[in-house]
Amino acid sequence: MRFFEYEAREIVKRAGIPVTDYGFATDPESAREIAQRIGGPVVIKSQVLSGGRMKAGGVKFADTPEEAEAHAREILKLEIGGQMPRGVLVDPKAEVQQEYYAGVVWDGTVKRPVMIFSPVGGIDIEQVAAEQPEKVGRRHLSTILPRSDFQAKEVIAATGVSGQGLTRLTPILRRLADIFAEKDMTLAEINPLGRLADGSFVALDAHMEMENEARPRHKALLAELGVGEHETRLAREPTPFEIAGEEVDSSDHRGVAGNVTEFDGNLGLVIGAGGGSLTLFDAVRAHGGRPANYCEIGGNPSVAKACGLAKLVLQKPGVEQIAVMMSIVSNTRVDIVARGVIKACLELGYDPAEKIAFFRIPGAWEEEGFKILDKYGIEYADRSVSLNEAARRAVEKIQGADRVEARA
Amino acid sequence: VSILIDQTTTFIVQGITGREAVNLTRECLDYGRGAKIVGGVTPGRRGREVHGVPVFDTVAQAVEHHGGSIDGSVVTVPPAFTRDAVFEAIENGIGLIVIVTERIPRRDVAEMIELATLRGARIIGPNCLGVIVPDVIKMGGIGGPARNAAQAYTPGPIGVISRSGGMTTEMSSTLSAAGLGQSTAVSIGGDAIIGSTYAELMPLFQADEQTRGIVIYSEPGGRMEAELARWVGEHDATAADGERKSLPIVAFMAGRFMDEMPGMSFGHAGTIVEGKEDTTAEKIERLEAAGIAVAERIEDIPQMIRQKIGAQEGAYA
Repeated sequence: MRFFEYEAREIVKRAGIPVTDYGFATDPESAREIAQRIGGPVVIKSQVLSGGRMKAGGVKFADTPEEAEAHAREILKLEIGGQMPRGVLVDPKAEVQQEYYAGVVWDGTVKRPVMIFSPVGGIDIEQVAAEQPEKVGRRHLSTILPRSDFQAKEVIAATGVSGQGLTRLTPILRRLADIFAEKDMTLAEINPLGRLADGSFVALDAHMEMENEARPRHKALLAELGVGEHETRLAREPTPFEIAGEEVDSSDHRGVAGNVTEFDGNLGLVIGAGGGSLTLFDAVRAHGGRPANYCEIGGNPSVAKACGLAKLVLQKPGVEQIAVMMSIVSNTRVDIVARGVIKACLELGYDPAEKIAFFRIPGAWEEEGFKILDKYGIEYADRSVSLNEAARRAVEKIQGADRVEARA
Repeated sequence: VSILIDQTTTFIVQGITGREAVNLTRECLDYGRGAKIVGGVTPGRRGREVHGVPVFDTVAQAVEHHGGSIDGSVVTVPPAFTRDAVFEAIENGIGLIVIVTERIPRRDVAEMIELATLRGARIIGPNCLGVIVPDVIKMGGIGGPARNAAQAYTPGPIGVISRSGGMTTEMSSTLSAAGLGQSTAVSIGGDAIIGSTYAELMPLFQADEQTRGIVIYSEPGGRMEAELARWVGEHDATAADGERKSLPIVAFMAGRFMDEMPGMSFGHAGTIVEGKEDTTAEKIERLEAAGIAVAERIEDIPQMIRQKIGAQEGAYA
């Protein structure tokens, strides 16, 4: 989960890393008041999650509080990367002598966090790494042995930084590593980290991402920052359909019927599990099908949960039929999913044989499942029909139904 | 004849009294020649039995009861308790730990792996279904109830490694139907950081004479495929005279549609160490450059791996 800059700066500040005397505003008048308090030239920065704010016109400089208010008014109305800003950050325009980079991130191959430092900041670190590799220091950190300042010192010193700069930067990078570890971040970055005329350092921007799975451990912090429990902070906010999907999944603890994502097609998908869903979604599209949604079922959901998910998908505007397909199941029961989707059709007043374009879930309890499907006349297949072939047949059926309707 | 486990492997189930763990225990006892489950651990439940398997409060009690070191553990406890359970297994001398639990924060996973490395233990998972040696033993929920597992898995020359538990069975079933059995199938887990990657399991398969080809299931995200491609190149460049070249590999790549979805890629600093190799298109390119064939459809895999094995073994003959 990504934090807004104003939240990330707050996290950095709490860890004892110096920040500027900024303020956060959600209306132009407050922006003016903050600029007044700062009492000099300020920068107004749009608070959106996407990058490229500067290019999009989301960062502007103001010399007076009135100018700050006018810029804030414009920026608050400006959509960037498909998102409206959460507010603006009003930041004193610092006289920066040099910009540095400090970051901590996971290295998935080594399976440890890696600290990264560069005396060339303010631009993308990969660009620096490509063009001036000697200016990028890095070091992997243990997750079980103690962290210590010398590790940060070595990384910084390796880039040629010495003198007072080294001793002042060391605790900053060390504290950033502490934030990364203690707050379950997947990314903790200060870029740029500015050196002021008096030789002190200040975080001018910060980027933090917390691992979703770890959010329950940091409830207090998230509440203090004002992060809502259901905020996903993805590229786009969840749609009402997706939120309803989450509600189905949390309706009882048995199994999973979740990760519902909305698309705009006519073929509703009740699919699983993780890998099966990805494979089936690709296959439906490869055969020219138009999925109405993505989802993942698995882990032996209850009849009620399978029914809830199927109902949700069936009721989605534009959905003509659903396909119920999974890779061979060993934990989830075929008969339970069959019961769930049939129940959904019946409760909505549909004939399951018409609404279910195709059913392909082989595996545990399949004999019982197939019996039920036979009873309702639903077209199904066992494992001898591949995922790809099942998707093809579902697509063929819904396209056939479309043609019949067009003729009628 | 197999990797990681064989018919002599002893293991425990941590969290054995949980609903899914009870099923998993039954499945493993019933499958193949019957797993040697020498105990289960659930704190506070000492003295109970699960399908005849004695339950203990601690791993140490299980080891003591067994009267010697235990080879493995299947860990199926809630995410908040997994790290402690795995630490307990490692510190009691267990060498192979299959972590079934999903939604464990990455930091906990990294800590478990680091301790395992320090102690010479191996972790499979988390968020995985375990390991199966067809007709012999399974360790974990892989393949489901014994009867279902027997339907999908057959003994033979193919090593299967999959980031998806369910797809391990789907692919093995397809291979079996085409007359290609499996030496060992490993569900390695779907998380960003896992105990054993493709590249880390390759040397084991490479050393197993029964294994003649490898089939893998891949997804978007991470650098595991790039790591495998690099492993193949390095292995072939440094293989001694008479040593087998890298086994033929066929990969299936799911989630191709995700390449078109914005917001799925990793952050900027991530790419500096991770590389920009997390889309399926980039992964496919890298795998193919290393001589790994990438299948469009699962049903194409048997013929592709047969062809590759034939080409390689023909070259040796």
